[in-house]
Amino acid sequence: MTLLSTVNLSKSFAALNAVSNVNFELPEGQIRAIIGPNGAGKSTFVSLLCGRIRASSGQVFFNQQDVTALPAHERIAMGMAYTFQITSVFSTLSVRENVALAARRVIGSHRQQVNERVETTLEQLNLHNKANDIAGDMSYGHQRLLEIAMGVAQQPKLFILDEPTQGLAEDEIEAFNKLIKQLAKQATILLIEHNMNVVMACADYITVLDMGLVLAEGTPAEIRNNDAVQAAYLGTQ
Amino acid sequence: MNQASKSFALHGLVAALLVLLYWVLPEYHSGNLARILVLAIYAMGYNLLFGYTGLLSLGHALFFAAGMYGLSLSLHWLDVSVVPAMLIAIAASIAISVCIGYLALRTTGVAFMIVTLMFAQAGYLTALYLGEYTRGDEGIVLKQADRVLFNIDLTQPDTRYFFALLIFTLCFFAIAYLVNSGFGRALVAIRENEERARMLGYNVQRLKLLAIITSGTLSGLSGACYALLFGYAGATFASVQYSIFPLLWVLLGGAGTTIGPLLGCAFMFYLIDLSSQFTTAYMLIAGICLVLLTLFAPHGLAGVIRKRFLPWLP
Repeated sequence: MTLLSTVNLSKSFAALNAVSNVNFELPEGQIRAIIGPNGAGKSTFVSLLCGRIRASSGQVFFNQQDVTALPAHERIAMGMAYTFQITSVFSTLSVRENVALAARRVIGSHRQQVNERVETTLEQLNLHNKANDIAGDMSYGHQRLLEIAMGVAQQPKLFILDEPTQGLAEDEIEAFNKLIKQLAKQATILLIEHNMNVVMACADYITVLDMGLVLAEGTPAEIRNNDAVQAAYLGTQ
Repeated sequence: MNQASKSFALHGLVAALLVLLYWVLPEYHSGNLARILVLAIYAMGYNLLFGYTGLLSLGHALFFAAGMYGLSLSLHWLDVSVVPAMLIAIAASIAISVCIGYLALRTTGVAFMIVTLMFAQAGYLTALYLGEYTRGDEGIVLKQADRVLFNIDLTQPDTRYFFALLIFTLCFFAIAYLVNSGFGRALVAIRENEERARMLGYNVQRLKLLAIITSGTLSGLSGACYALLFGYAGATFASVQYSIFPLLWVLLGGAGTTIGPLLGCAFMFYLIDLSSQFTTAYMLIAGICLVLLTLFAPHGLAGVIRKRFLPWLP
């Protein structure tokens, strides 16, 4: 079943067509990666999906509903979770409160359920030792993890990760790959990623964007052997 | 003892202390304290918006005046008793905060400050313009006979003090409950990182509007109590000075703490009271103290206490 799809989705900033006529379909349960060179429109595209920016034209469907006109918070409430490209946590609050804010929005004022959700999420992401730390005082890698934890706590249908491994060390990336596989059991994953090793290791299916257009779609093996992709993205002729 | 019960104990302790103070303090100071308690409600309302939600309004005098005039005009012109007058005052504060919130929230940051300031100035000028009813700067003096609630004469020092304390305590506990609730935590989330809060699925605009309405209503309640207990409503209370006061009280006392507004209010009140005994340039002394406090305790008095001694301070 298709969880998310777009029909002729476009966004232009003045004369620049950041995203043009993208038709995109994401089946439930998949790990989908979106790749493309710098300025290909990846971040703009996912911002259109989750409602951070409004589309110039075209439609977005989520869970069989047209969400094109809905503001971001309503789309999130329908079961999307979004992690920022540049780490964005509540840096003066504790790790526990960060995750609780995510859980509370979904669960409501039921304190015990919120606490349980927070504890299981922290365990799952191996952050339970840091629960009382102030988020902004933690290392960069842990802050990235916290950001993912805030997504996990919402138990979303769709989890959008915008460049999650940016700035992580090698061993942290390896742990991240495992985590993604684990999260995929609970949610459909949309991964915007620069790191080819991560993409090839995690993704079931890849969409390549270039100059705001869909250049190619296919399995990791197909994409690796696609000449057009190599030309545009990897720069090899 | 967990955080919630510690917080409850602290608030109970403060309330008990304030009861005791009535018998300990000389009459002059208990009179002052009644005034401080009423103004602290105003500061608490302001703190909810500024300290917890992170919205800096420069126009809260409008809400204070809405309550003050709502009560005074009803008592003076409509010949109603205190309870309906109080309800009218609260209704007026809610109505005005809904309107101002709806309009001002189209802006953010500096524009929000300017817009709220402008609306408050418009309110102040309206109070002067309608001088026939409000008596402008001269103000309305409420008759002693009008200031009676359920046969209790609120013009007496003891009834006045305990009425002020009762309303203050109710608001004090309500705020303590509120900031610890999901709603209060969400407001803090907005203050800390609005975009993140939105992308967690919080309806930021709606939460901000609710914060303005709650804040404005508390301010109006304070204005109404002030007029009721001290028998006077004048346009000065709608002026820009009364928009700046709660900001100063909250900054001094500690923004984003439940006890801060009371501390800040009391501190500033006595700062002016004591310095004016020595010199007519008392605002200069007050100003220097403010600068020093801002330099050395940027998080206010309660902020220092929270940082140094009681990290759980709500």
